[in-house]
Amino acid sequence: MSWLMNLILILIATAVVPWVFRFAGQKFTGNKPFFRDMPFAVAFGYVAGLLVLIAAVSYYFRPLEVNGVPSAGVIFFRWAVQGFIGFAIVAYLFRLFGRAVGTAGTRKLFRAMPLTAAFGVLVILLYAIVSIFAGSIAPYGQEEIFANANIVPGGNPMMGGDPNFPLGTDQIGRDIYSRLIYGAQNTVGIAFATTCLAFFVGGSLGFLAAIVGGWLDQILSRAVDVLMAIPALIFALLLMTIASVWSNQLGVDRTIFMVLIIAMIDSTRVYRLSRAVGQNIVVMDYIEAAKLRGEGMGYLIFKEILPNATAPLLAEFGLRFCFVFLTIASLSFLGVGIQPPLADWGTMVKDLSQFINFAAFAPNVATAPLLAAGAIALLTVAVNFVVDWMLHKSSGLKD
Amino acid sequence: MGSIFQIILQRLALGILTLLIVSIVIFVAVNALPGDFAQAILGQGATDEAVAQIRADLGLDQNYFMRYFSWLGNVLTGDLGISFAQMNFASNMGGDQLVGVVEQIAPRFKATMFLAGVTAMFAVPISITLGVLAALYRNSIFDRAVNIATLSSISSPEFFLAYILILVLAVLNPIFPSLSNVYEGMALGEKLNRTMLPALTLTLVVTAHMMRMTRAAIINLLASPYIEMARLKGISPMRVIVRHALPNALAPIINVIALNLAYLITGVVVVEVVFVYPGIGQLFVDSVKIRDIPVVQACCLIFAAAYILLNLMADILSILSNPRLRHPK
Repeated sequence: MSWLMNLILILIATAVVPWVFRFAGQKFTGNKPFFRDMPFAVAFGYVAGLLVLIAAVSYYFRPLEVNGVPSAGVIFFRWAVQGFIGFAIVAYLFRLFGRAVGTAGTRKLFRAMPLTAAFGVLVILLYAIVSIFAGSIAPYGQEEIFANANIVPGGNPMMGGDPNFPLGTDQIGRDIYSRLIYGAQNTVGIAFATTCLAFFVGGSLGFLAAIVGGWLDQILSRAVDVLMAIPALIFALLLMTIASVWSNQLGVDRTIFMVLIIAMIDSTRVYRLSRAVGQNIVVMDYIEAAKLRGEGMGYLIFKEILPNATAPLLAEFGLRFCFVFLTIASLSFLGVGIQPPLADWGTMVKDLSQFINFAAFAPNVATAPLLAAGAIALLTVAVNFVVDWMLHKSSGLKD
Repeated sequence: MGSIFQIILQRLALGILTLLIVSIVIFVAVNALPGDFAQAILGQGATDEAVAQIRADLGLDQNYFMRYFSWLGNVLTGDLGISFAQMNFASNMGGDQLVGVVEQIAPRFKATMFLAGVTAMFAVPISITLGVLAALYRNSIFDRAVNIATLSSISSPEFFLAYILILVLAVLNPIFPSLSNVYEGMALGEKLNRTMLPALTLTLVVTAHMMRMTRAAIINLLASPYIEMARLKGISPMRVIVRHALPNALAPIINVIALNLAYLITGVVVVEVVFVYPGIGQLFVDSVKIRDIPVVQACCLIFAAAYILLNLMADILSILSNPRLRHPK
């Protein structure tokens, strides 16, 4: 019955400790409104948060190894906390930098920016730089194969590492660090190109449907309805099956088919949005004026509607990029996306995933697949933070 | 009440029509393959006679129109054909115990539904509670922390979350097994234990979205006059939200729950592959890799049907929960 006693003790503690906390607060601050009006649930929240913080700090400072055996949990926790705090500090410094340097417009932008958005902007900039200059940053080529396969990350020769390969080599001896950098170029580049294509197709068709209306609008909208009734990843997998046969017969790279397929699937979502936005703009007087001036369709779409639809489309571009990027990563992870020998994060995660099982006794070994997956997650999180901030700013929501 | 059945019937008819058109799209996509099934089954070194034989067996010598209707008829009577892998095996090894696609899919479909059900049992209560709490304490530290955490988990790829969970809950602290090889006839407790990690991964993915929608729906309502009135009466904030705001926010919440269940059934593919869970998603990916067209076609149709059905349910439920839509003028 000891567990029952424990349970009762815990329940009593949950009831009493927050109450004591609030009472002490009231006594020591001379009944300040903050403590006086504090509901019990809020007091409970503060106490729980405090306990979690204490537990986290005490876990953080536990010894890194016990009797020569590394305690992997503590090591991973330290890495995670250091990464989190490091990113927060860097984002803070970046925001300070943005507030002090630049034109009046950008300085104003940075002044109202939350830390998460500053972090997002910073990460996007970093990824852009890495993916553009991948060739000169990476120490080795993405297809270069070295004699030693499965070198452990960390660069410590005592632990099976090699200082020449700081993040180790993969199962056939390619440098993981170089492949991560080239992965930025391939994965992000292909996702970006796909999103641009989806936006060009979906956006222009959507605006066209909004301007012309009538039967064109009906046909396009119903076709999009049908395509959207099939779940995106499933449809992409079905079409990739067929494309793999086509690519063998035509001798065209499968990656090109993937770009076209995903662009088509995602352009339906873009079409929906741009048609809805376009319909609101088309009824404006200045469109009427442009039509009376005798302007052509291209002028109407790109010079009249597009500038007025920039804000929602830009936010959609960010979200769409995330979806495309995740779809490509998932397809590659499943083995039907970007094909080797091109370096790609999804494929790297799949290839290196079994190393996670060694995490308990050799934490270094497990980092390689997590780095590739983390690289994907970091970018999508960053883009989402920026989009979230943009939406919040443009909607003017205060509550 | 007559009009309500009318509306539901209308939606149902629309759903069936959509499904029919989707089946056409799938059929056309599959039949756009260069060459045909016969060559795909037999491979490159096939003789012309063998190809002709299989063509006749499968009815590939008829025109597209006839083939579509015979395929549709077969599907409606529960015959999804025989997978290429089975046929190939039979033609090489001479066995005649062919397992149809239906028998292949049925147990896996059950397994996937089990996974989705376990996930929903976690995800729905957690997300609604978190959403209500975040709306109650909006703009507090709690709200910000939940916001950042959910935004991060929505935007991470599923396999990242899956591997993090494997790292923490299976390798560093061996609580759950990292491979979920469930089979039929397993004891429920053991089955739950093995399903836990994939279910937790999916919960992380789905909860974030549902929680954010719940929070947004409630906050949207908080600006309305009747909430102001309730506050002025001196009701506690918790009661304002639970008794006054939540019932009116139910429509969007039900909608987003149904949409997320639809996502669950179709989005399990990656998670099933990570955990080697014997669900329909894994069968689908394996068949895609070996180009086993009948299985791919059947899985695609099932996924699309589930997706359309759940979307339809979301539609109907949101009509039922909204009096203004229930009694259209």
